[in-house]
Amino acid sequence: MAIFGHTCRMSTATEEEASYRQEGSVVHLSGRLDAEGSAQLWRTIFQRSRKKHEAVKSIDASEVTYCDGAGIALLFALSRQNKASIDKLAPEFQKLLDQFSSDSFDRPVDPPRKISAIEKLGMGGAEFGRDLYDQVVFLGRMSVVSVQTFFRPSLVRWGDVWRIFEKAGVNAVGIVGMIGFLMGLIMAFQSAIPLKQFGVDIFVINLVALAMFRELGSIMTAILLAGRSGSAFAAEIGTMKVNEELNALKTMGIDDARFLVAPRMIAGIIATPLLSIYANLMGLLGGFIVMMSFGFPFAALYRQVTANVETSDILSGLIKSVVFGVLVAGIGCLRGLQTKSGATAVGDSTTRAVVSGIVLIVITDAIFAVVFYVLNF
Amino acid sequence: MSDAIIEVKDLTAGYEDNVILKGVSFTVQRSEIVVILGGSGCGKSTLLKHMIGLYHPPKGDVLINGKSIVHAEGEELQSILRSIGITYQSGALFGSLTLAENVRLPLEEFTDLPSDAMDLIAKMKLSLVGLEAFTGSLPSEVSGGMQKRAAIARAMALDPQVLFLDEPSAGLDPITSAELDQLILRLNDSLGITFVIVTHELPSIYTVADRVVMLDKEIQGIAEIGSPEELRDKSQHEWIREFMKREVHPA
Repeated sequence: MAIFGHTCRMSTATEEEASYRQEGSVVHLSGRLDAEGSAQLWRTIFQRSRKKHEAVKSIDASEVTYCDGAGIALLFALSRQNKASIDKLAPEFQKLLDQFSSDSFDRPVDPPRKISAIEKLGMGGAEFGRDLYDQVVFLGRMSVVSVQTFFRPSLVRWGDVWRIFEKAGVNAVGIVGMIGFLMGLIMAFQSAIPLKQFGVDIFVINLVALAMFRELGSIMTAILLAGRSGSAFAAEIGTMKVNEELNALKTMGIDDARFLVAPRMIAGIIATPLLSIYANLMGLLGGFIVMMSFGFPFAALYRQVTANVETSDILSGLIKSVVFGVLVAGIGCLRGLQTKSGATAVGDSTTRAVVSGIVLIVITDAIFAVVFYVLNF
Repeated sequence: MSDAIIEVKDLTAGYEDNVILKGVSFTVQRSEIVVILGGSGCGKSTLLKHMIGLYHPPKGDVLINGKSIVHAEGEELQSILRSIGITYQSGALFGSLTLAENVRLPLEEFTDLPSDAMDLIAKMKLSLVGLEAFTGSLPSEVSGGMQKRAAIARAMALDPQVLFLDEPSAGLDPITSAELDQLILRLNDSLGITFVIVTHELPSIYTVADRVVMLDKEIQGIAEIGSPEELRDKSQHEWIREFMKREVHPA
């Protein structure tokens, strides 16, 4: 009769050993079958059983002194794999084992359905279409709310507007100012050397001023706000949705677009142009500092800017920043409202708010570039 | 000889300056099922959170297996925490993991079990709470009651010596709640797991509790300790007798 054995030295207080030995078709298990003991026996037993040893017909558990969930799992797996009976298990452990029937574990589980590339493409397209539809519906709802609040400003929660303006606008002054200043500074430095070779380095300040006023001031501010405030709007509204606060609003008959979205959009519309102007001035300051360090007098630089920057340059940047403000706040709120359930969904909404916000800003900026070019603005 | 697994010693419990309980002392014996009971706002959950080391009490101590969970740090604290399992009121499952993965998590972190063993244990724990058909579901895809049952399965993953359950029956239908009571009794009977349960469900209390620690908001401490029947029939306080009978007498 073949006898195989394995013993695990356990570091338990009682120093009992989890061990097994096989005598013919009978497996004898003994000692403490806890997570530690079972972990060691599991590998040995199941590696051995794959090597075509004599089939196990019964499991003798008379010497098992302790058996927790891991031990029960070991007995269950061993018995199920070999269709072997478990004999002489202490009644208190037998009760635990009896809770599990092999039938419920043998039931075939439907394998996850494989999705083909074409199906994935179709699903992506449908998702994009649905999202576009949601955005159009949202735009429609916000248009209705805009008309309502225009005629009845008291419908707007102005307290919320100022609170959000402070958080999204005033508190962003530091970061917007710093980035604007550094952008002006870097642009001046980078363009000064090549332009100096042609003796036209005085025009560096023209480049900085026009780039900031027409393009970079507003787009940089909008992207910063998308990352800073659009994400915050999505997370705040998303968490409210997860906590069923939005359902509470609906059942109280309160329009969430008016209650939650309108204050954020108004705050965004006010904050973005103001921050853009501030970013433009800080960028110009950065350019001035670089140019003055190259020996250009302040008066010459000032003249250069005032003579070359026209009102239309400033206005084009401002118009864009108003639209960007609507986009950043709107998409942040929309993503928040679209949140599904759970903490992960809030994270997803925040990511989508930032990504969609930036994509929309860039696309809108491109459209503006074409429109302004056609209008010669 | 006393075989106390938990000793609460002169515990003052609260948040910052807001003291909710003062001078709370009691012991829980090994394999005992103790229910912490009291009116709303009397500090049941607060006491539980101090007992599991979530909050540091301004005064007093909590010993689990003779080791202070209040003063333990590092590896010693980890070993105490591994010997206890906790289920929170909301379930507190990880939303990005399936139910089986939630139950597997403590096994992955604290045992050397092979992957197929962990899969089987996770499935068995979930089948104990009637969720074997939902192993691959995310928490958001199942009901609140199912989430709570999965949380109990997760708390039992490492076969702890003590299970702390905060309102386990809330959100469950009476049949599932009764099944849960039977599960508690079975685990207590077969594995000798000690239970500390915060609940308001009187039928559950009469079914499972060996002793009830009755807290009183007015005295900010323990009003009485005894078996549910003792408190119902022989309590010195009329409000406790009424509480245990679920009777309300207008003032």
